[in-house]
Amino acid sequence: MVAPHGTSGMLGEDGIHVDMNHLKSGEVNLGTSIMAINFKDGVILGADSRTTTGAYIANRVTDKLTQVHDTIWCCRSGSAADTQAVADIVSYHLNMYGVTNAEAPTTQVAASLFQELCYENKDALSAGIILAGWDARHGGQVYSIPLGGSLHKQSFAIGGSGSTYIYGYTDAHWREQMTEEEGIDFVRSALQEAIKWDGSSGGVIRLVVLTKAGAVRHLYLPDNGYTGPGVTN
Amino acid sequence: MFYVTSIGTGYDLSNSVFSPDGRNFQVEYAVKAVENGGTAVGIRCKDGVVLAVEKIITSKLLKPGANKRIATVDRHVGIVSAGLVPDGRHFVSRARDEASSWRGTYKGPIPTSALANRLGGYVQAYTLYSSVRPFGVTAIVGGWDTEAELPVDGQVGTGPKSGSGGKVEGAKAGGPGLYMIEPSGLYWGYYGAATGKGRQAAKAELEKLDLSSGNLSLADGVKEAARIIYVAHEDSKDKDFELEMTWISSVDGPTKGRHEEVPKELLEEAEKAAKRALEGDDEEEEDKGQGEQMEE
Repeated sequence: MVAPHGTSGMLGEDGIHVDMNHLKSGEVNLGTSIMAINFKDGVILGADSRTTTGAYIANRVTDKLTQVHDTIWCCRSGSAADTQAVADIVSYHLNMYGVTNAEAPTTQVAASLFQELCYENKDALSAGIILAGWDARHGGQVYSIPLGGSLHKQSFAIGGSGSTYIYGYTDAHWREQMTEEEGIDFVRSALQEAIKWDGSSGGVIRLVVLTKAGAVRHLYLPDNGYTGPGVTN
Repeated sequence: MFYVTSIGTGYDLSNSVFSPDGRNFQVEYAVKAVENGGTAVGIRCKDGVVLAVEKIITSKLLKPGANKRIATVDRHVGIVSAGLVPDGRHFVSRARDEASSWRGTYKGPIPTSALANRLGGYVQAYTLYSSVRPFGVTAIVGGWDTEAELPVDGQVGTGPKSGSGGKVEGAKAGGPGLYMIEPSGLYWGYYGAATGKGRQAAKAELEKLDLSSGNLSLADGVKEAARIIYVAHEDSKDKDFELEMTWISSVDGPTKGRHEEVPKELLEEAEKAAKRALEGDDEEEEDKGQGEQMEE
């Protein structure tokens, strides 16, 4: 049956949830909890690690935080194949930009590339991307590029199926000018909550902290209630 | 293939053919075309860029003030050229395409340096093929890369009000850009650039301005540009010329980061000052002569 909301049907009838039926049978879906926030010195990206094909967990330790330039990263949700392909294309263009202009691309450049690809190919893609980056000119920035290919600059962004459970939590707890420690705590707690309620999210929590100092990865395991080990590079 | 005539070496008949000592004569002839054009100058000031051109009046039937020679390429970039006017127009058209294509991809204004780079590549390609001739222009590209926070065209929303989110206190970004592109495709960035018939005199004047120290203001730059065009015209056989001048200021300057014509009043004031300076020059020299005579 054709969904009543149209044939491009990425969103479900409620306009929030991803319509799972549009995925090809067997296509790998990132039923996901992802987020990125601004804090005092930069940005923090976070994600769960569950990848599913239907009810089957295809990968329990997925890395949904993808680097597209030195300090420009993205959180991927939707089709694993689509978002990997888009991130690869953006990464190629950002690296070309860096060498031809002898200057690192800004987060804006990455945002416009992601947006153009997601908008122009909206009928073929199922990609919900949160972009976060740090550059010397603008510091940290967070952009959300949801299903239709619109571009939203935000203080923080949440995405994926698990995000529906933490709208209230994140709205109540996010503050401007958080320290790095406070920011990490906030992202970790929010994702822990999303994982708790969302059946399509789970596994470990991965974070990337982007500041003047570069990119630092964190890992938090379910074994100890997502308290560690912490920094992994 | 080319036909060898009884005169010349034959190495100047086609593009893409080197002479035995490594020169491309077609490019050198294009430079000759530039050297016959009205003088054009550009000055990179601390708070903006000025472009000026000596527009030689070829007919009394041409409407004064019409037939502009300086073109706007994008809101923040202007181009003035010396040499074959139609070649200059085609060059500007390409520049507009490049600026527009950049906006399409990156959703923001093209940096002046990136535009100069692309145009340099374009002009160079016209030295490689026997089916085309090189550009008969040397073009001066002036622009202001905005120092303000850059949104992505079409984005919705803003980041946090304070702390990160695209607002770094005291971060230096943007500024003036000035590049000159020659028929070979060669381009350099300049503090002050001059081309066309009166380039030698204009360069000599530009060098006196100590532009590299970054002290010259845009307002003074306008006056200097006008004066330099008048100085460069002084020994010219062409009697009549019009001065055309445009400028691009910083975001908090008079043009708000846009490429615009210098307002009529300011242009006339600069022209008056230029004429006074020329007359003053003669007097000064006389004074100096007398002073030197008194010395022992």
